Amino acid sequence: MSYEAKFKVWRGDDGDGELTDYTVEVNEGEVVLDIIHRLQATQAPDLAVRWNCKAGKCGSCSAEVNGMPRLLCMTRMSTFEPDETVTVTPVRTFPVIRDLVTDVSYNYQKAREIPSFDPGDAKPGELRMQQVDVERSQEFRKCIECFLCQNVCHVIRDHDENKEEYAGPRFLMRIGELEMHPADQADRRNIAQDDHGLGFCNITKCCTEVCPEHIKITDNALIPMKERVVGRKYDPVVWLGSKLGIVKKGQDTPSA
Amino acid sequence: MTEIERHSYDVVVIGAGGAGLRAAIEARLQGKKTAIISKSLFGKAHTVMAEGGAAAAMGNVNANDNWMVHFRDTMRGGKFMNSWRMAELHAKEAPERIWELELWGALFDRTKEGKISQRNFGGHEYPRLAHVGDRTGLELIRTAQQKIVALQQEDHAEHGDYEANLKVWAETTVTRLLKDADGKICGVFGYVRETGKFVVFEAPAVVLATGGIGKAFKVTSNSWEYTGDGHALALLAGGTLLNMEFVQFHPTGMVWPPSVKGILVTESVRGDRGVLRNSEGDRFMFDYIPEVFKEQYATSPEEGDRWYDDPDNNKRPPELLPRDEVARAINSEVKAGRGSPHGGVFLTVVDRMPGGAAEIVKRLPSMYHQFKELADVDITKEAMEVGPTCHYVMGGVEVDPDTGAALVPGLFAAGEVSGGMHGSNRLGGNSLSDLLVFGRRAGLGASEYVDGLEARPAVPEDVVAAATTEALAPFEREDGENPYAVHAELQQTMNTLVGIIRKEGELEEAIAALGKLRERVANVGVDPVAVGDGGRGYHPGWHLALDLRNMLLVSEAVAKAALERQESRGGHTRDDHPGMSAEWRKINLVCSLAGDPSAPHVELRRQPLTPMRTDLLELFENDELKKYLTAEELPGGPAGEAETGEAEADEAEAAAGSGATAAGAAENEEGDR
Ligand SMILES: Cc1cc2nc3c(=O)[nH]c(=O)nc-3n(C[C@H](O)[C@H](O)[C@H](O)COP(=O)(O)OP(=O)(O)OC[C@H]3O[C@@H](n4cnc5c(N)ncnc54)[C@H](O)[C@@H]3O)c2cc1C
Ligand code: SF4
Ligand code: SF4
Ligand code: FES
Repeated sequence: MSYEAKFKVWRGDDGDGELTDYTVEVNEGEVVLDIIHRLQATQAPDLAVRWNCKAGKCGSCSAEVNGMPRLLCMTRMSTFEPDETVTVTPVRTFPVIRDLVTDVSYNYQKAREIPSFDPGDAKPGELRMQQVDVERSQEFRKCIECFLCQNVCHVIRDHDENKEEYAGPRFLMRIGELEMHPADQADRRNIAQDDHGLGFCNITKCCTEVCPEHIKITDNALIPMKERVVGRKYDPVVWLGSKLGIVKKGQDTPSA
Repeated sequence: MTEIERHSYDVVVIGAGGAGLRAAIEARLQGKKTAIISKSLFGKAHTVMAEGGAAAAMGNVNANDNWMVHFRDTMRGGKFMNSWRMAELHAKEAPERIWELELWGALFDRTKEGKISQRNFGGHEYPRLAHVGDRTGLELIRTAQQKIVALQQEDHAEHGDYEANLKVWAETTVTRLLKDADGKICGVFGYVRETGKFVVFEAPAVVLATGGIGKAFKVTSNSWEYTGDGHALALLAGGTLLNMEFVQFHPTGMVWPPSVKGILVTESVRGDRGVLRNSEGDRFMFDYIPEVFKEQYATSPEEGDRWYDDPDNNKRPPELLPRDEVARAINSEVKAGRGSPHGGVFLTVVDRMPGGAAEIVKRLPSMYHQFKELADVDITKEAMEVGPTCHYVMGGVEVDPDTGAALVPGLFAAGEVSGGMHGSNRLGGNSLSDLLVFGRRAGLGASEYVDGLEARPAVPEDVVAAATTEALAPFEREDGENPYAVHAELQQTMNTLVGIIRKEGELEEAIAALGKLRERVANVGVDPVAVGDGGRGYHPGWHLALDLRNMLLVSEAVAKAALERQESRGGHTRDDHPGMSAEWRKINLVCSLAGDPSAPHVELRRQPLTPMRTDLLELFENDELKKYLTAEELPGGPAGEAETGEAEADEAEAAAGSGATAAGAAENEEGDR
């Protein structure tokens, strides 16, 4: 059940590069990453690709397959026709290091600017939280940091100039995660808007569409954050939080 | 001349998995300038793949649980070959380490009272695994990663530099540990993967936290990082490896499609009511309950099924036997012709959960996702096909239980790369807690070691030159062989000849084959690419060429130790020596390197196991101990006391020659008595 597939793979470094044609064997049940590995093993030992778990768990193997942002290890070859040419290119929003590998340091920079979890003076083993209350933030903590949402968000996709002021969906969601964390004591609403560019987001939901973890980034993180920012006080979790005696500090937490 | 960057730290941690991050956090908290070096990006280490949970006797779900019960389960799981001191520390400290994660922002699943929920797992008497759905490893990594960011933010506030005291060197590979003229660790040598640039990290203390060796096998649940680097680095630096024959084959890996063969199907599937069946529809595990476990397991499917809701009055189903037992049972069923179409057996949760399909998706989201996306199987409607996959190495760097110190002064190890804690077989969930407990201890041990040094060791130029030459060698070889071909053959050899069931003849064949592969490994070659220093920018062929040295060394260690140990125990099954032997239990097999330093080979030594401290021994019934220990070792036995004393003398003697590790262990034992 194997066939020869036509592949175009972007080869090159930051300066320049081009799509290179390959014809390569494909077997039943394989994913795009298997084919890239076969190219490495047989035709292009220096073809650079980033991967780790090959099980959709680490978020290393992000790239664009026929223009769609995808995890290479979770893209089955059976989703293409055998005579279809499969084009694999690096994610577009980040600078290319080589071939399919990009420089994602922007994301680590943004992660550092968000004030960390603040449990107040809680003691080890003392926290009591209900499952319903932790579930909202748990959804966001499913994030495998593949940065596909960052890649696809139009605010920075073709606008390098916005990168300075905009944390991107992954890290706006991180702020949301901490906001909705039942044991967190800080208030990050103002910095979300002022320092991390929540206002840039116009809820197009492109980020949600590409998330391999199926996190509802826009509906469950970004829109609720926007609501909190404009001061809509009624929010079930804040309300529940105050019922539980977990009260937000109220004053603003500065960016880190 | 090749350009080499230099950096200086107090503690260098190799590895950014759970163990490495926890060690680095500790070293930084102790005021040490710390570097974390990792082959992959920050937050992507292999630990993210852990699914089921982290074992800690918090007693949140069943209040009868405590460290003593956890200790007993761990020792039983390891068939009494564990370093009992490590098992003790682990059982005692795991709860604190989990609670600490919670204060760093981790969000575990909750009980009704709002405490951390705990789930059942093979070999654990009570529900004990703290978990987040089936992505616990991700939660652990992310939490530790975010704690590191929090510490960096503190440093930024104080020094204006996030990386003033704690820096992550992502996508950087260490190829050599460096020692000074006195034989002390003085740093490490490595390359930045992106550019191929060489870097020397000068540091008096190094913590190995590099994980496992699975990539030496063809069918494995492990990622590309698992090339046994830390095991090999320790050997090459004069350290020792303990009991490398013990390799865990997880009973349930995916068997189809071929390209995902080996990917893990978490044990939580069985903890959450999943059952194993053969092609005839039988729950065959009931036929495979070994004598030593007869009392703890249900004898009928009805009793097993009642256990999930009423564990106090029923015994657990045999699907939850320790992994080695289940893996061997599956292997036997397939061999007997009762396997599934693709050479595994069936694992199913269909109609097993009260909440039906919705509950399956809720409880096992990643598994649902994984089978749907990769195999086109809907686990709420169909059975999964599963079979054994190489999963974890119990063997590893011989360390002092309390500080993680290896035999080489300045070298420490924690996590999967270290040995002893899990004996001959690791219980599920005991690794994640091991990473935290011993990661912290190694970070502390390294910091205290640095404090105790009078002068910082200097890095001799010739060792740096030698490491550079070694790293460049694959480019120098004209007509060198393709490293991928050599790797494929190594994996095939280990899988077929040193796999789950072993025989003398096959092991000898393996050792001979590895001897031939050694020559081929020495002759792999690559061409420079267009970018980076000397054409070494992000060069996967070159990376593999260098990793092969490590995989070959650990493969040799596994094969030689497997040939030596003439019994079957935990992760080591000898077809020709099927029984467990109480005499062999007393023997640790220790690997070191010998011969020409430019082409060293693995040498084995037998070392007596330190007898268990009396108060710990007393936690077990004599009837149970009889199954594992020789008559002389039993507490109260007439010859018991005298024998123990003698064995200890042996240990002390061995220690005298070999420095920190064994001596430390013996001392502790004295102190605790
Ligand atoms: C699929 C799967 C599921 C699992 N589920 C569970 C579970 O539910 N519960 C449980 O307790 N255990 C589980 N385990 C086992 C557990 O995940 C591992 O044993 C554990 O994560 C190992 O952690 P570590 O910190 O030792 O190393 P890792 O997390 O593997 O990290 C190793 C680090 O070392 C780095 N490294 C390696 N070599 C070098 C080098 N030469 N130079 C620089 N850096 C290097 C790597 O880049 C990486 O950062 C599972 C394992 C697998 C594969
Ligand atoms: S919803 Fe917002 S964050 Fe997401 S892609 Fe659109 S603009 Fe970007
Ligand atoms: S939110 Fe989803 S798309 Fe974005 S980084 Fe996380 S996993 Fe990837
Ligand atoms: S390799 Fe880990 S997500 Fe694809």
